[in-house]
This record gives sequence, structure tokens and C-alpha cells, in this order.
Amino acid sequence: MEKFINLAHGDGGELSHRLIKDVFVEAFGGGNEALFDAATLNIPGGEIAVTTDSFVIKPIFFPGGSIGKLAVAGTVNDLAVSGAKPVYLTCGFVIEEGFSISDLKRIVTDMANEAKKTGVTIVAGDTKVVERGSADGVYINTTGIGIYEENIGCSLDFEVGDAIIVSGSIGDHGVAVLAARGELGIDSPVYSDCASLNRMLGEVLHNTNKVRIMRDPTRGGLATTLVEIAEDFQLTMKINETDLPIKEEVEGVCDLLGFDPLYLANEGKAIIILDNKEKEKVIDILKEFPEGKDAVIIGEIIGRGKGQLLLETPLGSKRMLNRLSGTMFPRIC
Amino acid sequence: MQEILKQSNNPEICKPLVEAVIEKAKEFEEKFGRKPAFMEVCGSHTMSLARTGVKPCLVDHVNLISGPGCPVCVTDQKSIDAMIALAEGENRIICTFGDMMRVPGSTKTLLDSKIAGKDIRVLYAPVEAVRVAEENPDKEVIFLGIGFETTIPILTLMIGEAEKRGIKNFSIWMTTKLVEPVLRYLLDAGEVNLDGFLLPGHVSIVLGEDSYKYLVDEYHISGVITGFQTAELLSGIYKLIDLALKKEAAIVNNHPSVVSKTGNLVIHGWLDKYLTECDEAWRGIGIIPNSGLDLKPEYDQYNAKKRFTVEIGEPRKTKCRCGEVIRGLIKPNECSLFGKACHPMNPIGPCMVSAEGSCAAHYQYMRESF
Repeated sequence: MEKFINLAHGDGGELSHRLIKDVFVEAFGGGNEALFDAATLNIPGGEIAVTTDSFVIKPIFFPGGSIGKLAVAGTVNDLAVSGAKPVYLTCGFVIEEGFSISDLKRIVTDMANEAKKTGVTIVAGDTKVVERGSADGVYINTTGIGIYEENIGCSLDFEVGDAIIVSGSIGDHGVAVLAARGELGIDSPVYSDCASLNRMLGEVLHNTNKVRIMRDPTRGGLATTLVEIAEDFQLTMKINETDLPIKEEVEGVCDLLGFDPLYLANEGKAIIILDNKEKEKVIDILKEFPEGKDAVIIGEIIGRGKGQLLLETPLGSKRMLNRLSGTMFPRIC
Repeated sequence: MQEILKQSNNPEICKPLVEAVIEKAKEFEEKFGRKPAFMEVCGSHTMSLARTGVKPCLVDHVNLISGPGCPVCVTDQKSIDAMIALAEGENRIICTFGDMMRVPGSTKTLLDSKIAGKDIRVLYAPVEAVRVAEENPDKEVIFLGIGFETTIPILTLMIGEAEKRGIKNFSIWMTTKLVEPVLRYLLDAGEVNLDGFLLPGHVSIVLGEDSYKYLVDEYHISGVITGFQTAELLSGIYKLIDLALKKEAAIVNNHPSVVSKTGNLVIHGWLDKYLTECDEAWRGIGIIPNSGLDLKPEYDQYNAKKRFTVEIGEPRKTKCRCGEVIRGLIKPNECSLFGKACHPMNPIGPCMVSAEGSCAAHYQYMRESF
């Protein structure tokens, strides 16, 4: 087999056929589905959830993950925080001419491993090749399909006093990827938190029906995601700076370079807003999973009618947090 | 080190400190019939004071005035326009700190030029610019050299690196600024009544405690060299009030773990080797003699101002009052544009853009009180 992708790998002919057979079907299985233009899926009755996401991260391999792992975990997490059980994924590849086939195999293997871990099946795919310079290495789009189980999900019936939980330390992915780009001039010991959360969040939803909403704070970070929830549902929320879980290494990089961990991306964290009475139980459940071992309560809903996110500083003063605005972070997901 | 930093933000330490500062400030007000007024002369202090909640907590008791400490903010409009025009030349790669990208020029920003296809790169580690030059031998790589004494050593390091690697297509557009001349300008002008300066911890690592003697000897005003954590800021302010109460003038090194009496002599050596004093134009002030550093003539090959010419017109006139903000004459929200026409997504002046700008700090952290 060739060592590098060339335009003929995307022309629909012999090389395309071999690429699909030797790389994609080899890793994902589903040789029979690959014979047809569309996959036929068995879905139980009721509602389904669909989400799509494109991944353009640079570098494609980084401490704690790769574009392949991220392309599965990212889409799986969007389904999981919506309260759905992820079951199927499709993937579309845009590959730059000259891309190494061994790197492509590594990426596809990462996808297959992550899919296996999460219990989703990759059922359809597409490959396009563009001229050198028209893309940067490889871009992946994944679409996820999830099913809603009966009486399992998020209620959206918020109440004043509801607790806000984050499932672990914030900012790890942002710092790990920025450092891996080699542009910070520092060697960072931080690993990306890139991980699929569906099993952990499924366990939470199967043990309480008092979860109001779940979100994964990816681009824009914890602050931007919470501001969106506050505005969308007209809630005043308060989080406490002293309770925020931030790794020392992440804090150190942020101090040096002027980043705010509240606005750095996460790829393996969930925000859970739930009935205050259930918070200890849910923290205990989260802590049973490696992805949730540092789960912590960071704040609560303190009012309604005004969509605002407040941060209480260690001195007890409060300030408003806004969406991330105009900061030009490089491609991180 | 991390443990020390953590303790410096520990509420159990910081909350009693706030009370102590307020008590001291009340004592001052009883004695002198007004609040004590101090200026922080560093953009990082401006941001830290607002972000940590120190400034909001003290707002009724201590008048904390932001001074000319944000390097992008103090750069005059003509220099900004020149740097944006520089990016228009063919076959160039402009490397810059991120703050510069959205600073409004008279006609456009560097971000506009980047979107229009110019090769403009934001660097976190400036020395990377030398590598960019090495990798692009057919392009001229120009670094926008903005900064105070904290940044200037990095610029000399870049020149040293370019020299060592024999790189010919690298240069710096120098618009650096020095702290002492602008402090002298403010004190000579006498427009703001101050009881002391909160002096920047990181600039002082380079300069050293002794470099501020002129404040005491010539102006009889105090300065406290202070770090950036909550407890450090509070104890710095406490010491300033204490000195002002006693009508004493002194330089206090409140950051002795990293700031020495003489400063960093190795860095002084670098500055002496490559740089020489030059006049610089400051926003809202005009030219202050010998208030910046330029490359010595023997390093002209690395001096972008000697190698490239740019044509710029007269700067666009706006109602922006950044010039008065950086002189400490008005607070950001006293500008009629603040929070209305001028906000972080549509900045009219640099103080609203920079991560160290007074207007950005006020907008982000103190626009509303709760």
C-alpha cells in the first residue's frame, strides 16, 4: 500500500476502494454496510437524538488524545449530556494530499478503540481528498445518533437552590493542546482530559430523575457554557472561585501566559445542574469513574428572571462573568 | 512555589487583610479629610486588582488609580498606524503579541489585515519569531516590539538568537517604553494627587529596588514593590497607607523573594549591549525624551524602522479618552464611549482591547456591582 494519500485516494476508483477496505473497514468493521450507499439501522421506538461536530484540531496528536479519539468522544459527549444513550456514529474525512497513511491508520485505530469503549458503532463514512495546501492534514466530521430511554433524562425544571457540579478539573485540554503546538515556549506536563462520558453520565441519570440539565464545557470553557445556560433559561447562577477545580500545572501556565482557566476548553468534563438534595449522591456516583474522580460542587442557582453568571472571589466580592469574547485561540478541537 | 501562591489567595488570610486595609484607610481619612490615593503603574496590577476583587472591596475607602502601565495602551496612535501599515508590505510575516491584533488603527486593525490575507502571526513565546524567520528565508519576518522593561529583555534575546543563527531576514519594530521617564512626567505635570505608587513586581525584577530612589529623593513620594496575588496586593496597599499616614516617603520592597536591590544584572548587560535610549511618543502625552530604548546603530540590520518605510496619514480623531485614562485623570467609565460605542467586541481605543487595559479591566470586572 502507498505511504501517503494522493488525489486518487479520493477519486472513487481503485485507490479509494482500497483505502476504505484496508483502513476504515479494517478498523471499524461493518464490511457489509460498506457495500451500500446508506446504512440501515435498527432503532427502538420513541425519540432519537442527533448531533454533528467537525474536528480540525492542530496538532492532530496531543498528550492525552488525538483527533480520532476526540472525534468520537466529542460527539458521544454531546449525545450523553443531552440525556441520550449514544448508539451510532458516522464519520466524514477530509484529507490533505500527502498525508501519511500510517498516521491515518493511527487516527482510525484511536476512533475504533474509543467507539468500542463507549459502545457505539461506526456505521457510515465518507472520504474526500483535497490538493496539498487546501486543508491542513486531516479534518473529521462525526454525526452521532442516540436513543432516549423511557423516564431517563434531564427535566429542565430549574429551582433556586439547585446545585452546579463540574465533573473534574477545568482547562486541561486547552493548556495541553496549546502546549503541544510548541508555541508557548514551555514544556507542559498537562494531559488533555479528552474522554467519553456516556457511561458515567448514564449512571447518573439512571440513579436520579432530579438532573435539570447537563452540558459539556468545550470551546469557550466553563464560564461561556454556564453563561449560555443562565441566559437561555433566565437563571442567576453563582459559582465560587475557591471551589473551582484547577490543576496546579494549568494554573501555572495560565498565570504565565495570561489565560483564564474559566475560558479554556475541556473535552472530558460535564456540568451537571441538579436538585440540591441529590448533589452528594451524584458526586459519589461520579467519583466511581476515573473521569469523575475530581467532581465537585462549584455553585448554585441563586435567582430567576435575570440571565446572569456571577463569580464570588475569595474576598467575597462578586463579579459578572461573560462569554469568551474575541480571544483568538488557535484551533483546539 | 505553587503552595505560596495558593496561600496568597487564601480567603482566611485575605479577608482579615481587607479589614486591616479598610481600618488603616479610615484612619487616613479621619486625619486628612480625604481618601488615600495610589497609582498602580502596571497593567498586570490593574487586571489583578480588579479580577481578585481587591479594588471592588476597597472602592469606598481607597482611591486606586490606574496609570500608564499597559504597553499597548500607551503606544501613540501614529505608532499603532505605522505597525498596521507595516503589515501591508509584500513578502512579509508580521509576528506580534496577541494584544495588538484588535487594537484599532485609524483605518483598520491587524486582524482586518490578517483576514484580508496578510501573514500575521500571534506568538506566545516571542523567540519563536526567530524560528519563523529561519523557516521562511524568502520572507521578511518583523516582530512588533512593544513593551516595558519586562518585555525588552526578551527582544534583546531575540536579536542575540538571530545573530547566533546568522539570520538576516529578521527584524524588530521597536516601540518600547520605560517606567521612570513616564513616572517623572506624571509627577512633574502634577495633574493627579497621589500618596504613593504601587510598583510592579515583574518590572522590578529587572530594575531592582534601588532604581526607584528618585521617587523619594526628588519627589518625596513612596513606592511599594508588590506582587500580583491577592494578599500581596493588599499588603502593598496597607504599607502605602501606613507610610502616607506617617507622611514618610520610602521605597518598600514587598516582593523580596524575587526583587533584589540592584535588579537583574545579567539583563542589564543585555540591554547595555544592544540598546540605547531614544525619545518615544506616548498616547495622550506626546514625546517624552529618552523614554524608550532603540537598537544601537551597529544592530541596524535588525532594526525594522531602519529597513522598512511606511506611509501613514494623520490619525483619525475619535472621542476616545484613553489618553486621559492612562494619565489617571479619568476613570474608564467617565469616558462617554465606555460600554456604549466602545466595548471589547468593538473597541474604539487600545485600553478596551488589551488584556492589561484599564477600560477592559473595568468593563470585564467592575462594570456592575453586586
